[in-house]
Amino acid sequence: MAEYQNIFTTVQVRAPAYPGVPHTDGQRDRIGKPIFSYWLGKIGDAQIGPIYLGTSGVFALIFGFIAFEIIGLNMAASVDWSPIKFAQEFFWLALEPPAPEYGLHVPPLAKGGWWLMAGFFLTVSILLWWVRTYRRAITLGVGTHMAWAFAAAIWLYLVIGFIRPVMMGSWSEAPPFGIFPHLDWTAAFSIAYGNLYYNPFHMLSIAFLYGSAVLFAMHGGTILAVSRYGGDREIDQITDRGTAAERAQLLWRWTMGFNATMESIHRWAYWFAVLVVITGGIGILLTGTVVDNWYLWGIKHGLVPAYPFEGVPVPDPASLPGAL
Amino acid sequence: MKVSLFSAPKILPLAAVGLAAMIVAGCERPPPESEQRGYRGVGMVAYVNPRILAAQHRANVPPAVQPPAVPVPIAAGTVYKNLQVLGDVPLTEFTRLMLALTEWVVPKDQWVAGQGCVYCHDLADMAADTKYQKVVSRSMITMTQRANAAWGDHVAPTGVTCYTCHRGNAIPKYVWTTNPGRAASGQGASGQNRLSAVPAFASLPYDPMTTFFDKDTTIAITPATALSPGWNDTINTKKTEWTYALMMYMSRSLGVGCNHCHNSRQFADWSQSQLTRTKAWYAIRMVREINHAFVMPLSDILPATRKGPLGDPMRVGCETCHQGINKPLFGEPMLKDYPVLGQPSPAVVPTPDVVPEPAVVPAAVQTDAEVLNAPGGKVTGEAAVQEGLM
Repeated sequence: MAEYQNIFTTVQVRAPAYPGVPHTDGQRDRIGKPIFSYWLGKIGDAQIGPIYLGTSGVFALIFGFIAFEIIGLNMAASVDWSPIKFAQEFFWLALEPPAPEYGLHVPPLAKGGWWLMAGFFLTVSILLWWVRTYRRAITLGVGTHMAWAFAAAIWLYLVIGFIRPVMMGSWSEAPPFGIFPHLDWTAAFSIAYGNLYYNPFHMLSIAFLYGSAVLFAMHGGTILAVSRYGGDREIDQITDRGTAAERAQLLWRWTMGFNATMESIHRWAYWFAVLVVITGGIGILLTGTVVDNWYLWGIKHGLVPAYPFEGVPVPDPASLPGAL
Repeated sequence: MKVSLFSAPKILPLAAVGLAAMIVAGCERPPPESEQRGYRGVGMVAYVNPRILAAQHRANVPPAVQPPAVPVPIAAGTVYKNLQVLGDVPLTEFTRLMLALTEWVVPKDQWVAGQGCVYCHDLADMAADTKYQKVVSRSMITMTQRANAAWGDHVAPTGVTCYTCHRGNAIPKYVWTTNPGRAASGQGASGQNRLSAVPAFASLPYDPMTTFFDKDTTIAITPATALSPGWNDTINTKKTEWTYALMMYMSRSLGVGCNHCHNSRQFADWSQSQLTRTKAWYAIRMVREINHAFVMPLSDILPATRKGPLGDPMRVGCETCHQGINKPLFGEPMLKDYPVLGQPSPAVVPTPDVVPEPAVVPAAVQTDAEVLNAPGGKVTGEAAVQEGLM
């Protein structure tokens, strides 16, 4: 007999395909006969479909596809349309924002115009997908928590790629589209503004990010551990606390001294995750606009630890007489 | 009812082994050793792999010193003609230097009947400047003397000789020319985002040398005040990528990490930097001067095989001397055996009497250099200093 209570999914519970609850809007727009995927069933529900796209969804996909094509074709053009070079250097290729001299003006296509266009289409696509997320929630009669969490992520995206560059008066302050290039941009951004690790909002964002991961693992572990007592019926246990909840909460008190309730743990998780991007966005927004050098800001506010310097102190050679 | 393409028990371990092999293949074989370079616990550490270090030591051995010359009171210039730089050197010391220079610079396959003289000299008239190699050599000897005499802040006390860069090659192994980028379409002409060893395989700009060594581009980027005086006064993320690329090039050229010079919590802060950063500061100015004053003026006489795709001469960078070692040749002091190369030289300019090749003007390169090249390509180190190029 297969065992359901395990660290990973060993048993796939397979029911006949279910088209979803009846609702008031877009009923007939659900398309496709559901299929089952054994491999996806390893990590989730094996059923795929039926699919709902709707107006905002279709336009989001179209705009997203345009952005994807602009980025991809620009990358291909940068290797003179060589498929081999494109494959070899794919992780290095990018669509760069305009150079600093263009400020907030619209440059020629090859000098950042394509970047502006890709950014526009991608942003419209994301915003339309947010509309879809919000409206589907309303239609299904559920809360809009997911849409607002998505909006928090969009906040960070807009701060990095749009709001802050506009405040700085230059598109060149925005990141490129590209795998390694956007990572290199991130490292350069930190150094350019005196080390982002001393930015308290960056600190908060990291704390919430890692905290989210830890909290997610702790919650998942707790619920799996008490599922043999019915703990997997979490929502029931919010109002009808049973032995599963009591055992889980006692374990938390014994091991961590304090426990969430079956309800509040989900609010903890939601806010931990959502605050990653909210605080992160604030931190990015302040960088270069209000604070130029986070390390020096940290010194000013007693944030930077002092430790003995070991070595020969050196002056800035540019400050020495005779230096040019 | 299960539907599966592959049998999970077989395919998963195979995939795991394959993935592990790919990951491990990208790693350096142990053992790494660390050397503390600053206060404990703050990551001021240099990593050294003794196995790789041993191989580098084997590959960076200077050649045997030429036997000392018998001192004679005869200046070489009184015997030989057309000695513009080494005329005051005693005759025997001059010959000794020529022998060393041949061994350092002329590849063995260019030697004729056990002699490498013919690589630079016209055997019918040893004094003639008919071969461009001879004119280049004269400029390079002047350059070496200038580096040793004027740039002690970077090269002292070890000093440099021809061998520091050449290592038995006519052209040093690690030289650079302007990289025009590879896209004919003009797309992606950002100077970055290509697979390149120069910024240590980051997607950072792949030709920081042209930007920072040919031109007097400011390297410092970090604002010196905590608060921003205005919203848009520090547009410098892209600029940082260029400085970053230069630093990656230097790091790779010297085989060191950032904290060889910097405290990475605040790269800009001199008061927390190592003395090595000062050395590097002078090095960048030295490289600028060397290229402007001694290499670029040779542009007219160098054949196309000594130039880059834009027609600019092969130039000097950090890697030219260092070759992956933080002290070239592990600090072996070769100059002390060839003191002539450390003497301040008379300001000598290349005077080619060979017919120059039709020069391709590297427009992207000769920005500052064009100004200096204007009076017949006659540029000296002193002139470069006066022009504010260093």
